[in-house]
Amino acid sequence: MSEILTKSRARNVFYGGSIFFVVVFGVLTAQSHSHITQTATAGMELTDEVRLGKHVWEKNSCINCHSLHGEGAYFAPEVGNVMTRWGVIDDPESAYEILDGWMMSQPSGIEGRRQMPHFELTEEEMRGLAEFLRWADQTDTQNWPPNDAG
Amino acid sequence: MKYQSQKVAYWYFLAAMALFGVQVLGGLLAGWIYVSPNFLAEILPFNIVRMIHTNALIVWLLLGFFGAAYYLVPEESEREIFSVKLAYVQLVILLVGTLGAVGSYLAGIHGGREFLEQPLWVKFGILVAAVIFLVNISLTVLAGKKTAITNILLMGLWLLSLLWIFAFINPDNLSLDKMYWWFVVHLWVEATWELVMAAILGYLMLKLTGVDREVVEKWLYVIVATALFSGILGTGHHFYWIGTPGYWQWIGSIFSTLEVIPFFAMMSFAFIMVWKGRKNHPNKAALLWSLGASTVAFFGAGVWGFLHTLHGVNFYTHGTQITAAHGHLAFYGAYVALNLAMFSYAMPVLRQRAPYNQVLNMTSFWLMTGGMSFMTFVLTFAGTIQTHMQRIVGEYYMVVQDQLGLFYMMRFGAGAAVVLGAILFIYSQIVVRREIVKPGPVAVPGE
Ligand code: HEM
Ligand SMILES: [Fe+2]
Repeated sequence: MSEILTKSRARNVFYGGSIFFVVVFGVLTAQSHSHITQTATAGMELTDEVRLGKHVWEKNSCINCHSLHGEGAYFAPEVGNVMTRWGVIDDPESAYEILDGWMMSQPSGIEGRRQMPHFELTEEEMRGLAEFLRWADQTDTQNWPPNDAG
Repeated sequence: MKYQSQKVAYWYFLAAMALFGVQVLGGLLAGWIYVSPNFLAEILPFNIVRMIHTNALIVWLLLGFFGAAYYLVPEESEREIFSVKLAYVQLVILLVGTLGAVGSYLAGIHGGREFLEQPLWVKFGILVAAVIFLVNISLTVLAGKKTAITNILLMGLWLLSLLWIFAFINPDNLSLDKMYWWFVVHLWVEATWELVMAAILGYLMLKLTGVDREVVEKWLYVIVATALFSGILGTGHHFYWIGTPGYWQWIGSIFSTLEVIPFFAMMSFAFIMVWKGRKNHPNKAALLWSLGASTVAFFGAGVWGFLHTLHGVNFYTHGTQITAAHGHLAFYGAYVALNLAMFSYAMPVLRQRAPYNQVLNMTSFWLMTGGMSFMTFVLTFAGTIQTHMQRIVGEYYMVVQDQLGLFYMMRFGAGAAVVLGAILFIYSQIVVRREIVKPGPVAVPGE
């Protein structure tokens, strides 16, 4: 073992192999990038409203309580499929109304129940947020989550 | 301490330990909110607490790595650090950035990508600090002796800094955002940080066991080769359900399974070196932390990682308390314990005294490691129930969470033990001056 695998051989295998895997990863990333834009998220246009919604989602750090497509904190429900769960995935107006109703009723103040803060959003921002969540929900996520519970 | 400039490491380690305190207290508070959800809900909501908890962790681990590099590179390269002044400038930038970030989080100003919430100016500060560091340490190494340890350490630090670029790239398309986000998160902990870990572990083994350098260095190259060969394509285990193509299910499953190998190799490496070396180094606490780090890393990253990494399993466990269980033990074993091993080794030298803190230090090891293991077990139980009730039976999230209260109470208890251990550790490093238990007489080995 020690004759075949000298230190300099081990080092060269390390460098050479790593470059190989970086290249393969780069190619697959490029392919995935175009798959995302051309196919997986092509179901709904990425409008300015959706962009605004993403910005609202980020500014309020919703991800540090909720999960989105299964990523984030695990303190509050999954929202990647919340529009499906609410049955409003194809209905922008209802999506806005039900989301607005939900957000306005927070925090519930119920003793012993996890609390969602109150967020002061303009109507435009709330509409953007609803569109962003509808946009996220139409992504082809290989049929994840397993059911509407998220 | 052979080289005067190694002293900068002392300040890095102190800063790291202070933030370590912030991190575990933040964690304890978050754990308490799980038990008593109305606690501080109006003033300090859970998302802010969690942000402070995770960000403090990442920054103190990096401070520890930087400190470790400033400590070990002079010894390896056999020369003083290129510029001590730059090293302090770098530290000041990082501390101002950290304080600025925590302050702005408390004021409700933050970004919205998990772990990367730092305001833009802080992100730039980190970038500038990283560049200063790389220049400083690279010039030191280039002018001095080059060893496998410094090679691998530098490569890890260069690559992880390079990946920081992706912290600035936030596409409007959520799926693209997620894909590139993992370039920082996954390619840090499961590729580049592993190089840093291997290098520091190699250095500690060299010092603590007195084993031959040739042997250590060959092992190191083999370990880091398996880390990158598996870890780069292993990123695919995060590309199952975020809008990326279906082929990642196979690539991710296969390569991330292979990610167990470098962690197993690091554990074997540590134990074999101790066995082979048979040097009786007086700093037993550093040895305990080194062996502990490699072992817990194998369980946290290797075993708990494999637990949910196959796409057929991950389909059900994705984003449940199983993920939380794994994240905690993996970070603790691989990076927290490794940093504490380095502190345990270097702090007595930096303070120019014998390692007079070992009994307390070793107690803190068992408190923290016991606490983290217990936490991992109860979160795994909670996650198993959650996966079944929510993902299979289809009960709603909040309904299921209401059933898990007992586990969250036990998790809080485990967290309290960890906090106690952390305080004890910090106390043993910076306050204690004498050994509190007399060592026994040296036994003559039996026939
Ligand atoms: C020291 C190394 C590691 C650390 C620090 C670590 C840490 C983490 C963290 C914090 C997350 C959650 C990320 C999020 O917020 O979404 C995570 C997710 C994950 N890790 Fe690791 N990990 C390590 C190694 C591994 C290894 C070696 C494997 C596989 C063998 C693995 C498999 C996974 C998987 C499959 C997920 C996604 C879980 C999900 O679907 O929700 N990890 N890891
Ligand atoms: Fe990963």
